Amino acid sequence: MSIGPEDIKIIAHLARLHVSETEADKLCHDIGNILSLVDQLQSANTLNIEPMANPLDATQVLRADVVTEMNKRDQLQKISPLVEDGLFLVPKVIE
Amino acid sequence: MFNKTVKELSAGLSNGEFSSLELTQLYLDRINKLDGKINSFITVTEESALKEAKAADESRSQGKAGLWTGIPLAHKDIFCTLGIKTTCGSKMLDNFISPYDATLVTNFKNAGAVCLGKTNMDEFAMGSSNETSYFGKVVNPWSTDIELVPGGSSGGSAASVAARLTPIATATDTGGSIRQPASFCGLTGLKPTYGRVSRFGMIAFASSLDQAGPMARTAEDAAMMLNVMSGHDPKDSTSVNIAVADYTSGINNSIKGLKIGLPKEFFNEHLSPELQSILQISIKVLESLGAEFKEISLPHSDLSVPAYYVIAPAECSANLSRFDGVRYGHRCEHPQDLMDLYMRSRSEGFGQEVKRRILIGTYALSAGYYDAYYRKAQQVRRLIKNDFVEAFKGVDLILGPTSPSEAFGFNSKGDDPVKMYLEDIFTISTNLAGLPGMSLPAGLINGLPIGMQLIGNYFDEARMLNVAHQYQSITDWHTLAPKNC
Repeated sequence: MSIGPEDIKIIAHLARLHVSETEADKLCHDIGNILSLVDQLQSANTLNIEPMANPLDATQVLRADVVTEMNKRDQLQKISPLVEDGLFLVPKVIE
Repeated sequence: MFNKTVKELSAGLSNGEFSSLELTQLYLDRINKLDGKINSFITVTEESALKEAKAADESRSQGKAGLWTGIPLAHKDIFCTLGIKTTCGSKMLDNFISPYDATLVTNFKNAGAVCLGKTNMDEFAMGSSNETSYFGKVVNPWSTDIELVPGGSSGGSAASVAARLTPIATATDTGGSIRQPASFCGLTGLKPTYGRVSRFGMIAFASSLDQAGPMARTAEDAAMMLNVMSGHDPKDSTSVNIAVADYTSGINNSIKGLKIGLPKEFFNEHLSPELQSILQISIKVLESLGAEFKEISLPHSDLSVPAYYVIAPAECSANLSRFDGVRYGHRCEHPQDLMDLYMRSRSEGFGQEVKRRILIGTYALSAGYYDAYYRKAQQVRRLIKNDFVEAFKGVDLILGPTSPSEAFGFNSKGDDPVKMYLEDIFTISTNLAGLPGMSLPAGLINGLPIGMQLIGNYFDEARMLNVAHQYQSITDWHTLAPKNC
């Protein structure tokens, strides 16, 4: 499956990454090579094979619905780039 | 003294031959003297290490010392360490002081070990050469005329242990990141069964593949480490609640009658004659100990790298979406709007390889491609697992190469990421299947160490360590040290 610079830009936007024109060309080439490698998967007969998400086929464990974590907001926000009154600050979203 | 194993150091501390403070100072001095060139540490925690060493000596004087009290070690910089910078090899986390300890770090603290610092690694553990670290490349201490890579992603852990800057280090393995650097640096490294060691506080790359494990010089030290690392952790929902074996108690058992499989897909014409002959000699050594060999087949082996390069990037693109410049990590200057904040923080914070993998993962998971890539890769993953399940019906263990070659030079894989990805061709299938795998030194090629790989059945680490220890009791490859160290 081939991939063009326009596809790269769409994916980059979805992933919230900036990609310049020159980077897009290089990425097209690199990702194209990786996708050719990945295309070997099509040779496998996977009819009726259940996809495997966890190597031990484990399912999500649920815990009792009780509070186990104490409020550590102040401690955790100490390493935040920009906070005020316990809130994370971001550029204005609503005009 | 720096050539002693953990077992020997533990005995020395217990007999009063030296104190933990002396031992810790010795390793800190070696780091100061030798690491400028090797660059295996991102952070050296000199002050807290000396404090921990003093506390360990104090406990000992009060008769409260255990096997690990006062033993120095280093942690891969992927493990969160309370109050200590935890970067994961990325500019994104250059300013990240972890507000908590990873469970594995807590376990070693509780055992009384002393943390010397945090080791360098490929950015977010994505790489096989340590060339992608934001903090500069790590140089393999075995390098002579030309600088060689230590392997990756746990290259700093491997280089620091090989250079005797620390007796042991913790590491992680998503596609070969413990075993390939162990092979390149002449060490014994083990990736446990998925779920055996808690992933809590271990910065996630590909959650269904990541597993922490020991990087040591001997199988016995690796077994001692695994005793501390393993166990169920309620903080990691994928950690397994199965009783932990004592990995040291059976290492002296006879391996007579043990059946070891040799996958014909691993011993093909692509294997270099040098490596082929090293593996044949290792097989003879194990035969002399009573092991029996037979050929087996893992028919879907050649699809493991393709399946991995869908699944690992897909999981990485989801895991790394948390880095948004808002809550922690790198934030761009003067964002114009929210989108600009996200885009620039992430673009400035992540390196090239990380971005490439996020993009592949985003593509594989996007509408219209999910079935062709992600679902297909997960189906192939099951076929790969089924091959192993079938093989283990007839054998106790599998033996093969760890890496296709000995350590290579920097930039030698050129610009093509696929060439680097093929470095992990023999290691990736065990991550996909969730099986334990280990690498141990098996010989030298051009004067450089090379490992052989043992793959065990689920939760059969004790048997792998038993075989490795028996092998090491009649060979001396694991005792070789780089010349300049």
